[in-house]
Amino acid sequence: MRHFTKWSLAAVATAAMMGTSSLAYAACEDLTLGSAISFTGKYSTNGIHAKNGYDLAAKKINEMGGVKVGDKCYNFKIKYYDDESTPARTAQLLERLIKQDGVKYFLGPYSSATTKAAAPIMEKYKIPMVEAEGASRSLFNKGYKYLFAVLSTSEQYLASSVALAAEIAKKNGKKPGDVKVAMAFENDPFSLDVRAGVLDDIKKHGLKVVIDDKLPRDLSDMSATLTKVKALKPDLLLISGHSKGAATAGRQIKELKIDTPMIALTHCEAAKVTVKYGDSANGLLCPTQWAETLSYKGAAFGSAADYDKLFKASFDGYKNVPYQSAQASAAVLVWADAIKRAQSLDTEKIRDALSKTDLKTFYGSIKFSKAGNNIAKPMVLRQIQGGKYNVVAPSEWASHKIDFPRKAQ
Amino acid sequence: MLDNLNLLVLAPFLNVQLLVDGLFIGAIFALASFGLALVWGVMNVKNLCQGEYVIMGGYFAWYMGASGIHPMLAMPVAAVGMFGFGWVIYKMIISRVVEKDMFTSLLATFGLAIVIQQALNLAFGPEVQVANSGYSTHTIPMLGGSITVAEIRLYSFLICCAFAGCIIAFMKMSRMGQAIRATAQDVRAAKVMGIDTEQVFAFTYALNAAVCGVAGVLISMIWVIQPFYGITHSIRSFVVVTAAGFGNFPGVIMAAFGLGVAEQFGGFIFGAEMQQVTVVGALLLVLIWRQVQMSRHRQAVQ
Repeated sequence: MRHFTKWSLAAVATAAMMGTSSLAYAACEDLTLGSAISFTGKYSTNGIHAKNGYDLAAKKINEMGGVKVGDKCYNFKIKYYDDESTPARTAQLLERLIKQDGVKYFLGPYSSATTKAAAPIMEKYKIPMVEAEGASRSLFNKGYKYLFAVLSTSEQYLASSVALAAEIAKKNGKKPGDVKVAMAFENDPFSLDVRAGVLDDIKKHGLKVVIDDKLPRDLSDMSATLTKVKALKPDLLLISGHSKGAATAGRQIKELKIDTPMIALTHCEAAKVTVKYGDSANGLLCPTQWAETLSYKGAAFGSAADYDKLFKASFDGYKNVPYQSAQASAAVLVWADAIKRAQSLDTEKIRDALSKTDLKTFYGSIKFSKAGNNIAKPMVLRQIQGGKYNVVAPSEWASHKIDFPRKAQ
Repeated sequence: MLDNLNLLVLAPFLNVQLLVDGLFIGAIFALASFGLALVWGVMNVKNLCQGEYVIMGGYFAWYMGASGIHPMLAMPVAAVGMFGFGWVIYKMIISRVVEKDMFTSLLATFGLAIVIQQALNLAFGPEVQVANSGYSTHTIPMLGGSITVAEIRLYSFLICCAFAGCIIAFMKMSRMGQAIRATAQDVRAAKVMGIDTEQVFAFTYALNAAVCGVAGVLISMIWVIQPFYGITHSIRSFVVVTAAGFGNFPGVIMAAFGLGVAEQFGGFIFGAEMQQVTVVGALLLVLIWRQVQMSRHRQAVQ
């Protein structure tokens, strides 16, 4: 009997809560966004980070009264399928979302590979997708019209460090032509994109490349390359090879006492270099899409720090908010903004509105090029200082000064 | 490429650096190859999960390091643990394929390698891991430059040498060592002489796993480990053993040193991407050379 009362009380309470919530949103209809994203398989960790980002932003928009179109308003609801981290599955599931479930507005999957599979489907059905997790530049040179990305593309990952090196050289009265650059990039699509961006910037600033090594896929030793670095004494060392590249570099830079004044590498956080190598990781420069210390601000979430706080309060087990979640949230904000400006649910009209997006958010400014990538947000560069990641470039957003030159630890 | 060669000529200390690094790392290759030479020679099993045993050993060191124990202390633990593991695997799987033809044992150990990889992936995740020895690095001025010697590499080198010495002494002097050598020469004759060859096989296989485990502990402190990195270590062991021939321990040591040095110079001259190619290329050359040698031999028999 006691159990019965307890349960019935709970049921009444739930009903009451549901009642109030449906009252609050009573005037709004549901608008379904679709996404095939990775909950299992090799991208699952980041896939779930992205889902949390999508969910949080959808909740926020709904709490703020939904998206108003004319005198109607709409609440975002997101329909997910698990693509098992396989591009072929992504494509199948998107077809299913479009044809069977009738979804007309899409959020991206996680990873460049799955987004590459998604883009042609969107073109085929002329349905727009705002993606937040595919950075490969090959997504934006195919002339896709229905693909929009809020994040910076991969060729920008290390490009800012080249600009920074040139800037520092000028300040110290050196000619950019005297700045020597050593590069070690993995031979895979992502790192080669990064390399292409770096080469463009090196050309632009007129720096000199002295080492251009490619790293193997199963990298566990790069001492031969680093020995070359010791001999040629470059002013800037750039490394990209996912977490294994960062882990290997972190260890061997210390072991070989590499004293290059500026070292930038991707995936520092994924490889947990500060945890693995402690003080010897200090001074390394690591690019990131977003950081909670940036002074970006937007209407929905407030500042980057506010988002950080809200996210940690909403989801358990996060010590740091991954940028994957932040950019996922930004994608939902872009949808809300575009529908509001289009004042229509017609996909063509919304696509046109998307292409004219000019939005300030906690994640940075968002403005799409003709190709669909975001050109308004720079990649920021953080330096590991005393075991912490501090933003040091571009100077407009920097919270700390760069430690230059880096000393061998 | 020519630039890099030029660099080696202009800055001779670089040669010393590469040579030293190559020898240090070669010593660890020698350790893993030792085990393979034993198993191959005694049981005629080509153990394709050699590299996976190395990586398993590495995870012992990583796990202990992560729990606040110095990873060097993982060495005896890994040796004992892997010995036990090797014994169990022998009794469960290898004992059933020893008598069968070569492909059965190849397939069995290849399958085992995949199972171990996936099990490690499930247990520890796909992240790249390292164990930190905390030892420092020394700079030694030399030939108009300076070379760096990491203490951990030096210690590994010494440990490998000590281990190699122990194994050779064990094979020469102990009863078990004699039994292993007798079995390697002729299984049936050994049986007739009252040697429990089943016991010898199990011991050999377990010893191989233990030696790989020790090599893995050292690898995790010098390079990085990941559940799927075993294959490169397997290939290296195969190259070394194929080049040296399996009964030949001094040959294994020389070949391993040679491979270590070749890798370092290969990586320097042709770029890091070509470092692994150097290994596989070396295997190819060794096989061609062996083939030529053998065919001459075959003709003589005819």
